[in-house]
Amino acid sequence: MIEFTDVVKSYSEGNFALNGVSMQIEDGEFCFLVGPSGSGKSTIIKMITGELKPTSGTVHVNGYSLERIRKREVPFLRRTVGVVFQDFRLIDNMTVYENVAFAMRVIGAREKEIKERVPYVLELVGLTDKQSRHPGELSGGEQQRLAIARALVNNPSTIIADEPTGNLDPVMSFEIMSLLQEINNLGTTMLVVTHAKDLVERFSNRTIVINDGLIVSDGMDGYVSYENQ
Amino acid sequence: MRINNFFYLIKEGVKGIFKHGFMSFAAVCVTVACLLIVGSFSILMYNVNIMVEDLNQTNEVLAYVDSSFTEAEAKSIGTKINMIDNVLQSDFISREEALKKFVADHQEDEAFSGVEAEDLRHRFRVILEDNAYIEETAGQIEDLPGVVKVRAEYELAEGFSTLQQVLQLVSTAIIAVLLVVSLLIISNTVKLAMYDRKDEISIMKMVGATNGFIRLPFVVEGFTLGMVGAALAFAMEWGLYDTLVEEIATVDSLKLFNFVPFEHVLIPMIGTFAFAGLFVGIVGSWTSIRKFMNV
Repeated sequence: MIEFTDVVKSYSEGNFALNGVSMQIEDGEFCFLVGPSGSGKSTIIKMITGELKPTSGTVHVNGYSLERIRKREVPFLRRTVGVVFQDFRLIDNMTVYENVAFAMRVIGAREKEIKERVPYVLELVGLTDKQSRHPGELSGGEQQRLAIARALVNNPSTIIADEPTGNLDPVMSFEIMSLLQEINNLGTTMLVVTHAKDLVERFSNRTIVINDGLIVSDGMDGYVSYENQ
Repeated sequence: MRINNFFYLIKEGVKGIFKHGFMSFAAVCVTVACLLIVGSFSILMYNVNIMVEDLNQTNEVLAYVDSSFTEAEAKSIGTKINMIDNVLQSDFISREEALKKFVADHQEDEAFSGVEAEDLRHRFRVILEDNAYIEETAGQIEDLPGVVKVRAEYELAEGFSTLQQVLQLVSTAIIAVLLVVSLLIISNTVKLAMYDRKDEISIMKMVGATNGFIRLPFVVEGFTLGMVGAALAFAMEWGLYDTLVEEIATVDSLKLFNFVPFEHVLIPMIGTFAFAGLFVGIVGSWTSIRKFMNV
């Protein structure tokens, strides 16, 4: 569960990135986070992944309190949150299989677990037949599916997707969003930051709209009500 | 940490060297170059120091004994001379021996042809431990009963002493500067190698790898590169030095210079090179990686 209560974040005096944000995302929910550039979306993501601490207020992510978290606990918080980026962030000199296995290896997984889990995740995202390819040989949509597989492989309870369709054409974007929905149906909490209005409308999930560091609407018709303001 | 994780991290460190071949090659080359420069300069200074010391040893004090003393009485003063702190060794020269040398030195000079052994005094050739105190020690010898006169080249001794001190100071300063410059260059090269991997590190951070897990392969890599660089530099230093010494030995005009064999400095050289390689490898990678860990 992700819970923000009266969260304020200022980077310098008088310059507020978040100005009293309160929201709660339950386990297993699918939620869009939308808003213009500089509205505070990235700050929210950085807080959920433990990169930033709130200036005031409380942030709870999957049992960790961000205002009190110790440096050495941050890696363990991150294991509960998978992150997918717009620019994929894959390692070019590793194969598809290795990119996913790498995420397991660096948290100390056993080779046996890796051999069982990686093929399962690659099948889930539809990349089984491309596992020996390198990222450069994949299409944009396939690269993003690989990034999703990597985010998923350590079985996090939450996935944060930051503009996951930003670099993709509409058909691939729809495919990726469908995949995220499918993963959510299997029980993973999903928070998707996006600008793609058509996808938000098409998938009709809870939508939180943020502007100037404040939540301006939150609900199943969140984006529509934001547009109507 | 589980044992299979440990071996995985070691394997990753070694793999990293080959995966980033060019950067590894650059780091090893820089380490070799820097250590070669520092090593060559150190060994040169060591030799110069020994040569100056040898020259200094040839500078002696002559103590003349009262001419009324018999040879046995004169010899007994040797024990007292040896008891003086700064005296390394004293050799007795009888008036007969002194005459032989005198005659040999002045064969062509008729004015000295009638010199007899009785005209000369028994004497001691005294070699000092430290010529910086030659004046003081000569005074102590002169004060001994039976010693009538002391002859010493004070200025020459002081000149050697100053030369030695200046050389030591200059060489220490130059070696220190070279060492610091080398460390900076090597640690910058390691930093560049790390920069090459910043994406990999950020992905590791993102999926929840602990700092220790991220760091160890890089430290293993730095350690291995540092040691390989040190070993290569050491082998090259040895080869170069031996070749140079052999070459110098064949040139007549350079025979004056007596270089110590490399084996004399083998142990300190191994120690210094291994320490320098280890230090720059581990410290270089440890400090460089810290920059990329704050994600």
